[in-house]
Amino acid sequence: MARRRARLRNPDMEIRLFKGRALFAGVVCLLLAATLFGRLAWLQFFQYDNYQEQSQDNRVRVRPIPPTRGLIFDRNGQLLADNRPSYQLEITPELVEDMDALLAQLESVVSISDQERTRFKQGLYRQRRGSYKGVPLKFNLAPEQLAAIAVDLHRYPGVSIEARLNRFYPDHGTAVHTVGYVGRVDERDLERLEKRAYQGTTHTGKAGIERHYEDLLHGEVGFEQVEVNVQGRALRVLDQQKPEPGANLYLSLDLGMQRVAERAFGEEAGALVAMDPRTGEILAMASMPTYDPNSFVNGISVKDYAALRDGFYRPLFNRALTGQYPPGSTVKPFYGLGALEEGVNTQGKKIRCIGYYQLPNEDHRYRCWKKHGHGRLDLDQSIAQSCDIFFYDLAHRMGIQKMHDYLAPFGFGRELGIDTLGEEGGLLPSPEWKRRARNRPWYPGETLIAGIGQGYFLATPLQLAVATSALAMDGAVPKPHLLQRVEHADGRVEHHSTEPMGQVEVKQQRHWEYIKKSMEHVVHHRRGTAYWNVGVNSEYRFAGKTGTAQVFSVAQDEEYDEELVEKRLRDHALFVSWAPVDDPQIVVAVIVENGGHGSSVAAPIAKQVMDYHLLGEAP
Amino acid sequence: MRLVEARRESLPVRLLKWLKLDPLLLLLLGLLMTLSCLVLFSAGGGNIDLVLRQLVRFGVAIGVMLFVAQITPHALKLWSPWIYAVGVSMLIAVAVIGVTGKGAQRWLDLGFMRFQPSEVLKLAAPMMVAWYLGDRALPPTVRQVLVSLVIITVPMLLIMDQPDLGTALLVGSAAFFALFLAGLSVRLLLAGGGLALIAAPIMWFFVMHDYQKQRVLTFLNPESDPLGSGYHIIQSKIAIGSGGVMGKGWMNGSQSQLDFLPEQSTDFIFSVFGEEFGLVGSLLLLLLYVLVLARCLRIASRAQDSYARLLAGSISLTFFVYLFVNIGMVSGLLPVVGVPLPMVSYGGTSVVTLAAGFGMLMSVNANKRLMNR
Repeated sequence: MARRRARLRNPDMEIRLFKGRALFAGVVCLLLAATLFGRLAWLQFFQYDNYQEQSQDNRVRVRPIPPTRGLIFDRNGQLLADNRPSYQLEITPELVEDMDALLAQLESVVSISDQERTRFKQGLYRQRRGSYKGVPLKFNLAPEQLAAIAVDLHRYPGVSIEARLNRFYPDHGTAVHTVGYVGRVDERDLERLEKRAYQGTTHTGKAGIERHYEDLLHGEVGFEQVEVNVQGRALRVLDQQKPEPGANLYLSLDLGMQRVAERAFGEEAGALVAMDPRTGEILAMASMPTYDPNSFVNGISVKDYAALRDGFYRPLFNRALTGQYPPGSTVKPFYGLGALEEGVNTQGKKIRCIGYYQLPNEDHRYRCWKKHGHGRLDLDQSIAQSCDIFFYDLAHRMGIQKMHDYLAPFGFGRELGIDTLGEEGGLLPSPEWKRRARNRPWYPGETLIAGIGQGYFLATPLQLAVATSALAMDGAVPKPHLLQRVEHADGRVEHHSTEPMGQVEVKQQRHWEYIKKSMEHVVHHRRGTAYWNVGVNSEYRFAGKTGTAQVFSVAQDEEYDEELVEKRLRDHALFVSWAPVDDPQIVVAVIVENGGHGSSVAAPIAKQVMDYHLLGEAP
Repeated sequence: MRLVEARRESLPVRLLKWLKLDPLLLLLLGLLMTLSCLVLFSAGGGNIDLVLRQLVRFGVAIGVMLFVAQITPHALKLWSPWIYAVGVSMLIAVAVIGVTGKGAQRWLDLGFMRFQPSEVLKLAAPMMVAWYLGDRALPPTVRQVLVSLVIITVPMLLIMDQPDLGTALLVGSAAFFALFLAGLSVRLLLAGGGLALIAAPIMWFFVMHDYQKQRVLTFLNPESDPLGSGYHIIQSKIAIGSGGVMGKGWMNGSQSQLDFLPEQSTDFIFSVFGEEFGLVGSLLLLLLYVLVLARCLRIASRAQDSYARLLAGSISLTFFVYLFVNIGMVSGLLPVVGVPLPMVSYGGTSVVTLAAGFGMLMSVNANKRLMNR
């Protein structure tokens, strides 16, 4: 009790107290140190083997080695898609303290465009933190740029120069819509592709053959065990499992013919499909205008892409497969065959063309393209001279349902299943279709316009080529395809061929001959629509049919380019043909947008392609 | 007797004495600093830059130590409440206007530099307790213990709010050591411990918010964050364990040379040391720290008054606690707290705070009792 009241200080006692406490604390500290030592002995002595092993594993990382992408050749072994070594400048963001300062430094050595900067920033943003992967800044370094950076590389931590194989399309725009292009793997691709197989792969097919045959072209990923530091920088390769390169693809395309075809279009927009009617192999497939796929390989700028996508002629649009056009007069031979089969028209029966046609009880005059009429002509001459009146009459008597049923087996109105992307099915009108799609009844007048390939009728250039092939081959409808053979990495060669899709059956074989003859007359008869333009000087005999499609009718269709309709109201020019007439080796279908007349614009293009194939002539 | 001693001393020792520095403690600290440079050189992959920058920090630290050593314990005692008050005010300021750095609000932006007030409290809190108890007869009464606990708890709560549970515990323990050394009754200590054991579950289930519980759980179980500190601990254990008895040799640690270790120049520098110098090296390092502690406690026990004694003693023990927590943490014994290995880890703030503490010890040593009673 006294302690509380007068707590006199006793220094000696306080020192003793402190020393006691300090000694106690010191002993506790010693015990703690002993605990640490025990812990360390546990780790470093008793568990040594375990941790030693883990330390080894740590050094060793398994890294994917991306396979080399297969090449794409034409049928003669000409390169369409190549792999070229290129050097690219990459920055590993985790190793960079001040990115802006680094970019400024680099800029004093090599130019960095705004586009490259933007793309790099996007790459930075997309990459997961801590992945220690290089984000590419510049692709395809020129030798002098390479030298300028390589010399000072040690001054820029995090900057590296990587040698990569880059896809390169040596012929640039040629056959671009068919071959397609590769681009950098993005998130959408990863949803579609198998993640394991694409470890380390930077590019994947985005369009055309490159995308359709991605599985064949890509190959099998390989792996290597490397000693790495945490930056992923390989110090030593310990073991390797080589990747299996992708297969080389040989397409049925003939690069020479493709070039001829594309050149023949000049400045015109349009499409051409050339195929072997016997096998279904596509020999040339052009969509004009083209664009350079090389600009897509390492990412195209939004601006450039928008220019391509929204440009006046929409170069990205593959007209050969996706373009749906009214086939115009090119369908007349098919209706003619139907009429013969149905007995609606018999061989030699004539009608009089006075320049217009009227349905009973209607005032509307359906006009022939020839204002004052063709006079009296039969089916053969109606095809050769492309008389509209004859086919109005034919359509009126045959009726829309039969017209539909006779054309459907030729491949109109459905996708043909060619081995690439983007194919459209066209539209073969029927009352049933109109009820379903438009909820409207079919009007008799619409039957007449369908009879000359106008109105709702839409076909792709590919469909025209396939249907014409079937005519040339007496009804065997070939299955169109692009891949001819596959050369696997192990040397195995796999040939691809397709069976015909079907056979158009006729009651009388001579109906084929009649129609084929009439198409020969288109080219070689003095009154044939294509005689003066292509037939008169031909060194071989061929068959064809001209067509002119009114652009007005297109305006109803949402798909087709409205801008063109406004700006250029000229008709589309079409031509379908095969050659030689008795031994069909090649079928060509051409459409020239707003070209005017099929005979003067489209037929010469087809002729050049056939000349190349049959005569070996490159104009 | 003192004259005789003085004559025997060599010139450097006399110079150090004039500078108020203790030669033995200085030697031990110098050894730690040399070691720091060696390990940093290896941790940096043979890069001298890191070592040079650390040397600059050591230079600053020695300057601070020298400066603090010139301040007498008496002056320190007079300033103690003011330093404490300023420190606590700054903690309040941080809570109100602080800058968020590394995910927590710990920094105060003074315009010309960013400043971490909780660092000040590591010294200010024990100073305040020593100041409060230093003028009173010891051992402290229950009432005095309670006042001391308030002094300890206020900064702790503020730091916990940042949230920085690790630093809060270190500040609290530093101040608590002063109270313990002052003679806190063992019965009270045990009673307090018992009370805490009872209170903990009550707090957990009835008082704490979910986010607070989450903080505690992450603190206690870093493995719940396998990409963060859990990964660090695994890599660190592999580094130390694979060092074995003799170590892989200086500059030869594959874990550290291949950059697998996180923070290998700062908090995890002991992993590099353990990997490269093995169990034998670790033992010698522990010994070095024990010697530092022994010397410091010896200085404390010869202090001239109660305040100096308590302050010096608590600084010594705190120093050792840092060591224990750091090595315990990197070897997977304790939860991950941001505590550097004292005097060895790379980094400015902690070295300067430690140097200031050692400066106080030097000052206490230079002003020890004239006669050993």
